[in-house]
Amino acid sequence: MVIQKGKQPQRARLAVAGARNATESVFGASSRADRIGNVLFRSLLLLGMGFALLGMVSIIVWSFVDGAPRLDMNLITAGPSSITPETAGYRTAILGSLYVIGGVILFIVPVGVGAAVYLEEYADQTRWWNRLIEVNIQNLAAVPSIVFGILGLAFIVRGPLDLGFVAAAGSLTLSLLVLPTVILASREAIRAVPPSTRLGSLGLGATQWQTIWHHVLPGALPGIITGVILSVSRAIGEAAPLLLVGAVTFVMFDPSFFEGQFSVLPVQIFNYAGRPQEEFRVLASAGVILMLAVLLVMNSFAIWLRNHYENKNAR
Amino acid sequence: MPDNSGHETTGTAPGTTGTAPGTAPGGVGTASPDEVPVFELGDVSVSYNGNPALAGVTMDIGAKEITAFIGPSGCGKSTLLRSLNRMNDLIPGARVRGELLYKGTDLYGASVDAVQVRKRIGMVFQKPNPFPKSIYDNVAFGPRTVGMKGSMDEIVEKALRGAALWEEVSDRLRESAYSLSGGQQQRLCIARAIAVEPDVILMDEPCSALDPISTVRVEDLMAELKNHYSIVIVTHNMHQAARVADRTAFFSVQVDDTGRRIGQLIEADETGTIFTKPTDKRTEDYISGRVG
Repeated sequence: MVIQKGKQPQRARLAVAGARNATESVFGASSRADRIGNVLFRSLLLLGMGFALLGMVSIIVWSFVDGAPRLDMNLITAGPSSITPETAGYRTAILGSLYVIGGVILFIVPVGVGAAVYLEEYADQTRWWNRLIEVNIQNLAAVPSIVFGILGLAFIVRGPLDLGFVAAAGSLTLSLLVLPTVILASREAIRAVPPSTRLGSLGLGATQWQTIWHHVLPGALPGIITGVILSVSRAIGEAAPLLLVGAVTFVMFDPSFFEGQFSVLPVQIFNYAGRPQEEFRVLASAGVILMLAVLLVMNSFAIWLRNHYENKNAR
Repeated sequence: MPDNSGHETTGTAPGTTGTAPGTAPGGVGTASPDEVPVFELGDVSVSYNGNPALAGVTMDIGAKEITAFIGPSGCGKSTLLRSLNRMNDLIPGARVRGELLYKGTDLYGASVDAVQVRKRIGMVFQKPNPFPKSIYDNVAFGPRTVGMKGSMDEIVEKALRGAALWEEVSDRLRESAYSLSGGQQQRLCIARAIAVEPDVILMDEPCSALDPISTVRVEDLMAELKNHYSIVIVTHNMHQAARVADRTAFFSVQVDDTGRRIGQLIEADETGTIFTKPTDKRTEDYISGRVG
């Protein structure tokens, strides 16, 4: 019998096509319902992100449009005024913010990192008091800032410390407010240092303190820095607790840390924004831009610092 | 730590199960395997939160030789190794009972500082764990913390040469230790351990994360190191024990009446004896691959 040419390939082609169909039915596109679900879920996520973005963009755009006329040097160099909004600025408020935030950093870094090191490296987690401390720190991180303001008024401005309505009191109050966040972030960072590093160090006859100082803290530094900067960013924007501990709105003279009246940026903005004249509203918008710029610079610095130390560690 | 070399083995640790004849007085300083034992263990038990992991270990560990701990998983050999330099102190709930003498001094005595113990008795871990620093700083860390005198460069070079790593890294000491291969990292960890000039080096499965070629290099290194240090190695690899160890201790798991699994020392002897004519049936079964 003569083999018919063309017939065989024809059959082979059919077989291949059949196989391909079978495979495609397995690997091919999923069912219609699956696809719709997929698209729906993705749009939902996009919507969420869009919402967040929209809020941020509208604040920035609105502030820029509104505040643009007042983006001049007076904004930074001139003190506040209730009579001449055209030339008034934020000088004393900026200085006040610097004092307050400087104090916050000086306070929270040693105290926050120290507390985190104790809780992670020394505290015996099986003891009930250590667990109590842990739970309380987590709760404290969620306490509204105004509560800390009242605390500051009762114990720092008056009461035992009796500092009066000064920048130092504002500093301490804000420090207490953000301390739980710093502790939590630092603990996370310390926990992320591999146990094998600690064992290696201890196995060489290093003391626990040497191990922490030379290996644990350097390894945890990027995370600690991130936590500190995020906390400080939050502290910069706080107005409510500072109102309670004496941040007043019109400080004509440059403040100092331990005496005299002080103000901070958000409080000053709040005050300008509440005035009836249009010029003050413009000034408030310009102040918002100023604050956003400060925050942006700080966060960029935090990211740079973190990357710098991460690279150093992984080097 | 006081020098106790004058009164060792006086009635302590009834070294059973074929231990070295640790009664040679005056042999201090000479590097003979038959020197006085560096460790004398008398009925040592270790428990975690009250659950015994290892019980009734009595043996001597000789100086300037390699002792291998072998046995199936969960037999407590790593636990015993960690109690030799008090690394068990770092595990919450761990408790060591019995007599554990290092050159005649009770390691768990009230006046003994665990940090000082670990300076004399170094440790190399299962997984290479170099610090995230340069090669140089990895080696220099120990001597710095211990406060060793002399040129740090020389100390580092000596340690790296001692770990047979100098030739490979001498031109890149400032590079990250992470740039080394796994086998090189482990030898770096050994260099780090010998940089503080310890007396004993404990190795917890030092080759289990290494490829065969790196393993051979580390084993060669161990043979070299035993001229200067006493080495105790835990290994899952029986061939490794047969290759490198002078003496081998076989551990096994016993299940008691309440169903608890407790590690036990079955026998300890010259490696050749353990692998050719063990006295215990369980050792023979394990060696010949019938169990474990």
